[in-house]
Amino acid sequence: MAKLLEVKNLNKKYQGSKNEIQALKDVTFHVNEGEFFSIIGPSGCGKSTLLSIIAGLEAKSSGEIYIQGEQINGISSKIGYMLQKDCLLEWRTILSNILFGLEIKGKVNLETKTYAEELLKKYNLYDFKDKYPSELSGGMRQRVALIRTLAVKPKILLLDEAFSALDYQTRIMVTNDIYEILKKENITTMMVTHDISEAISMSDRVLVLTKRPGTVKKIHTLEFDMENKTPINCRQNPKFTEYFDTLWRELGIDE
Amino acid sequence: MNENSISAERKQYLKKQKHKKYLILFTQIAILICFLAIWEILANCGIIDSFIMSQPSRILNTFFNLTSNDLLMHIWVTTYETIIGFLIGTFLGTLIGIILWWSDFIAKVSEPFLVVLNSLPKVALGPVIIIWVGAGTPAIIVMAIAISLVVTILENLNGFMKTDTEIIKMARTFKATKFQILTKVIIPANLSTFINSLKVNIGLSLVGVISGEFLVSKAGLGYLIVYGGQVFKLDLVMTSVLILGIVAGLMYASVLLLEKIILRTKKFR
Repeated sequence: MAKLLEVKNLNKKYQGSKNEIQALKDVTFHVNEGEFFSIIGPSGCGKSTLLSIIAGLEAKSSGEIYIQGEQINGISSKIGYMLQKDCLLEWRTILSNILFGLEIKGKVNLETKTYAEELLKKYNLYDFKDKYPSELSGGMRQRVALIRTLAVKPKILLLDEAFSALDYQTRIMVTNDIYEILKKENITTMMVTHDISEAISMSDRVLVLTKRPGTVKKIHTLEFDMENKTPINCRQNPKFTEYFDTLWRELGIDE
Repeated sequence: MNENSISAERKQYLKKQKHKKYLILFTQIAILICFLAIWEILANCGIIDSFIMSQPSRILNTFFNLTSNDLLMHIWVTTYETIIGFLIGTFLGTLIGIILWWSDFIAKVSEPFLVVLNSLPKVALGPVIIIWVGAGTPAIIVMAIAISLVVTILENLNGFMKTDTEIIKMARTFKATKFQILTKVIIPANLSTFINSLKVNIGLSLVGVISGEFLVSKAGLGYLIVYGGQVFKLDLVMTSVLILGIVAGLMYASVLLLEKIILRTKKFR
């Protein structure tokens, strides 16, 4: 499988007024094309920082990041980023929200607009295109946010604890929805989460970060041997508990 | 539920609400009428001196002789001075607010100055303003701006700074420029802040204009009040105050109307 994203020897130091904090140390990994890759770690291990650096929102101290073999610096249009909150603009309609990214990039034209509208139709949101975000449920809003990100056709999608703002029930449903969209559209995804079961239920591979300074502890390849794997049905698989125990122990040892 | 099938309980509730609303309105009007009636009666009986306290019938009389007193001209002067002060104050305040949001450096540098200017009673600047721009309409307008400007800047800047940082981050992930963030996120997100600052500003501009007129003018309601006080024409003073209240009310109402128009066009965009 081709490597889509490569991170090499990434370091990040924060300069505080009193001291220097090393948040990430020598982080190296890659994400294959089409896979779902998750990063878990104890809180404060720098996993969100790692995502911000890859997205170009924060500067790195040293190291290299490549997408499809091309080194990137700063914000790249090959990367789509989804935050914890859906961040829909309350004063815009759903359609206008979905076109926001394209509008910023000055790429609203017949072709891109049709593509965005097709995504809306495909994921049962077309009837709501003239509604405002406040009229939608939490799960629908999250889907709108995803489509807004996908409308600009990123090569890789970064999810930053993207579902943690939702209540548990909605969260399980949304996780399933989003997962199906991502698989259908064949989107390479890299997710950061503190939720072990969420990581196991969605991912092909899971990277475990140590506590600060964050370094790569281990990368696990998850295999469930089942057809039509979805986040919900994989929670019933006996291997789920097995993986959970392994990852739990690995995260726990650091405490 | 069907509109026609309102339950009896609901009907009663609605009736009760309506009743309560009317009762409040009725009491308000009753208080006003009682106040005016007692004032009039006490003045007529000679218990209070109508020369010092004036009385409703004399105020009404002065009010109806609008044209002979040049009242209309005075009302017009105060109104247009206020509107000009309001427009310039709002425009400059919003513009400076945007500049301070744009440059963190300028915002930090100007912070202590703004704090001092904000708490300084602007009327104290009156003599300085008169010397700088001359005794006349310009001085009054400058006074109105002086009073409303700093508040507008602070109010807008505060709103801009409080805009959800996650939304700004979302815009940045699409490589939005600072100008795009300003026009597509910050300004639309702060529409209600802006409207609020309009509401505060219209009142403050009027305060500025009246205090300006106290100091320098030859026309306007503020001038009438001061003049009436000096020549002991309390009817004129009271009438001017009354009109001032009506003018202030109408100005506020027009801002509310503007708010409705802005919010409606926003919905249909």
